Amino acid sequence: MSLLKVQSLNLSFGGVNAIDALSLTIEPGPIHSIIGPNGAGKTTLFNLITGVYVPSDGQILFEDKEIAGKKPWTLAAMGLARTFQNLQIFFNMTAIDNIMVGMHLNSDTRFLPSLLRLKSIIRGDNENREKSAELLKFVGLGDYIGADTDSMPYGALKRLEIARSLATQPKILLLDEPAAGLNPAETGELDGLIQKIAASGVTVVLVEHDMKLVMGVSDHIIVLESGKLLCEGSADEIRHNPDVIAAYLGESGRNL
Amino acid sequence: MFAEFLQFLFSGITVGAIYALVGLGFAIIYNASHVINFAQGEFVMLGGMNTVFFISVGMPMPVAMLLAVVVTIFIGLALEKFAIEPARDASIVTLIIITIGASIFLRGAAQVIWGRNFHSLKPISGNDPVMIGGAAVLPQSLWVLGCTIVIVIALMFFFNRTLVGKAIVASAHNPLAARLVGINPRFIMLLSFGLSAMLGGIAGILIAPISLAYPGVGIMLGLKGFCAAILGGLGNPMGAIIAGLIVGISEAVTAGYISSAYKDAVAFIIILGVLFFKPSGLFGVRGTERV
Amino acid sequence: MNFKTPRTGGMLTLAALITIMPLFLPNSFYYDIVILIGINAIVCVGLNLLIGYTGQISLGHAGFFGIGAYFSGILGIEYAWPAFAAMLAGAVFVGVISFLVARPIMKLKGHYLAMGTLGMGIIISIILTQEGDLTGGPDGMPVNPFTVFGFSVYGEKTWYWIVGAVLLITVWLSLNLVDSPVGRALRSVHGSEVAAETLGVDVPHYKVLIFVASAVIASLAGSIYAHYAGFITPEEAGFIHSIELVTMVVLGGMASTFGAVVGAAILTILPQLLTVFHDYEMLAFGAILIGTMIFMRRGLVPTLASLFQRKLS
Ligand SMILES: Nc1ncnc2c1ncn2[C@@H]1O[C@H](COP(=O)(O)OP(=O)(O)O)[C@@H](O)[C@H]1O
Ligand SMILES: [Mg+2]
Repeated sequence: MSLLKVQSLNLSFGGVNAIDALSLTIEPGPIHSIIGPNGAGKTTLFNLITGVYVPSDGQILFEDKEIAGKKPWTLAAMGLARTFQNLQIFFNMTAIDNIMVGMHLNSDTRFLPSLLRLKSIIRGDNENREKSAELLKFVGLGDYIGADTDSMPYGALKRLEIARSLATQPKILLLDEPAAGLNPAETGELDGLIQKIAASGVTVVLVEHDMKLVMGVSDHIIVLESGKLLCEGSADEIRHNPDVIAAYLGESGRNL
Repeated sequence: MFAEFLQFLFSGITVGAIYALVGLGFAIIYNASHVINFAQGEFVMLGGMNTVFFISVGMPMPVAMLLAVVVTIFIGLALEKFAIEPARDASIVTLIIITIGASIFLRGAAQVIWGRNFHSLKPISGNDPVMIGGAAVLPQSLWVLGCTIVIVIALMFFFNRTLVGKAIVASAHNPLAARLVGINPRFIMLLSFGLSAMLGGIAGILIAPISLAYPGVGIMLGLKGFCAAILGGLGNPMGAIIAGLIVGISEAVTAGYISSAYKDAVAFIIILGVLFFKPSGLFGVRGTERV
Repeated sequence: MNFKTPRTGGMLTLAALITIMPLFLPNSFYYDIVILIGINAIVCVGLNLLIGYTGQISLGHAGFFGIGAYFSGILGIEYAWPAFAAMLAGAVFVGVISFLVARPIMKLKGHYLAMGTLGMGIIISIILTQEGDLTGGPDGMPVNPFTVFGFSVYGEKTWYWIVGAVLLITVWLSLNLVDSPVGRALRSVHGSEVAAETLGVDVPHYKVLIFVASAVIASLAGSIYAHYAGFITPEEAGFIHSIELVTMVVLGGMASTFGAVVGAAILTILPQLLTVFHDYEMLAFGAILIGTMIFMRRGLVPTLASLFQRKLS
């Protein structure tokens, strides 16, 4: 059984086909990467998979169940999680509260008990607070547990978003350009973090422009161009694929 | 029958034109700054009150009108300079409260200077109705209509043909690009407040003979102008004009045929009805939000 | 219990204030102001959950306040309902109405939401003004005294303790809610809707929930006001009152329960103080509003709190 399967998927914005008859399959387990020039449709694909956009046409199967058009919170409950290319931190909350929102689905969200702050609510909150602190340490943010998010550096916020999505206990984690804006040292640490996440049993799908990172961690690479599948394969196969080299010439072809 | 309908239509178009001018003011400021200026109705009040004032100190009517518009423009500029500009990057709600504060301030100032009384203003060409298709139309209505048409054409010329006008449109469209080619966003904002104040002031002068002039006259006019701006799709000037006319005509027809008691509710019922089915207004473009 | 947390510390301070306040209230005029502060504060604590925490503006909540007030007035006078029953009926009615409009209204964003809620409030106030047979029209109507088990509640002192207790309970419930998974979900909607929904937060559900909850609180406060004042007019439901409520929330400090209370206090007292300026009252009020919002953008309580913290560290 494949984990995620996209079949003849389409989405257009005012006549522009951002995703164009796209089909691809993500097997459970390894680290997958999706690469392609700017505007290729990578973010749009993530938005479709996580229910933020609704496709005009086509199918998305998650564990063989049709999920196209389902609401994002339903999909989160099914085990899909993601981060965002443009940070979507809750800047009105502390770092640990951000993570605790990620535990929403595993929290007691009954209205009346919350209003009365029953013991069960307090107990649940205490447990989740501990787990959240663990997660922050897991991504290397142990120093920021009570920190106000608006005083945290950019690199830390990127990690915070990853930790927050892990808090939903996903089966698959979609990372949209996690290295963008990071310095080389931070990118190196990110490399390790991604491998750690994959080793914990979460299937990782990485969208990234940093070719060193992509080539280093990926077991399977998918190349998109203009909303279509250009080719896919292992890092080696992609590196030597003439179509890929052509598509990337002038952009990051030199780094391949 | 038909004459009666025509009568309602004319009175609807008259107030509708005023709503359109106020709505246009909202749209222009919104485009330049993404601010909703809840003091827009007070510009209307100022136009009327100032004209009454300048006439009362003995100035001839045309001079009084001109001065009233100039004063209103200066107040618009001052509003931008001293209340909006210092809070440029504040949240939507904060800016809403600031402009509401400004509207209270202006109403308060009007009360201090001119008192709470209602003032009447002589119509521009008398009170003898003109008969059109069996309907009696006040000459002031024709003035409202004529002036609105002239203003809309002049604005179209300004926005499409003049350098400054094009700069305003350009920076509404793409603020960053506009800045890169040397358009100063602060200047554009100042200009848009001046322009909106001018529209409000003129609307106030035109409507004063029909609605009277008093410190609170701008509240409902402002809210209905806001309705027009939203109904037309925020930031869409043509939409605001059409929506203003729709609101005015619906009001007059409701008052005539159904119930004058609920006349003031019409604008808001329309806006809720439309927003429930089309959350971005009648003529607003509905895009997918980018994330 | 940790008395230093804003939670317990704040609750205790508020309780202490309410308890000792009567020592400093020389006559019924002062009681009246303090009771009005309390009623406004109850509405604002609810409204703050919607505006401050969830980030959804409403320029129409006075409409719900008005419905609550008029339910108590009309059911009591015309149909001789017991006060509690009328109050409850008003709250249920507001709950249903706000639930019905919440779905479509909460789909709106930013200025469109402002327009939608504003329109809703104005329509309510126009209905209350125009249905004169029931409501007494623009001149308003009298309201029966509040009666429980045959005892009527009379006098400022009694009302003072009732309003004080209800305010304390409201503040306590609000603090509880904010510091719970539901509260974090509400704040996440304010922070980033798209992030919230991909983390499993059913965003429309929470928007509707808090819209209805804040509307019901406003309705209950409206009923209390009606019985206390003994006379109500459609102005209670009007646009200006809606604006006053929002201004209290924003001025006191968004996303701060105690801020809402402080905002209500200041904006209830301010017009009384400004009456010494006679004709300049409105002018001064507008200027103060503009000034505060420019220089204390986040509102009084959060701004002062962070100033204080900086001093400490
Ligand atoms: N919400 C949107 N509205 C209109 N066009 C969009 C929207 N989102 C993406 N697009 C367009 O879809 C195409 C793919 O964009 P995107 O998925 O962001 O590319 P990538 O992430 O690969 O750089 C681009 O042409 C972009 O302009
Ligand atoms: Mg992208």
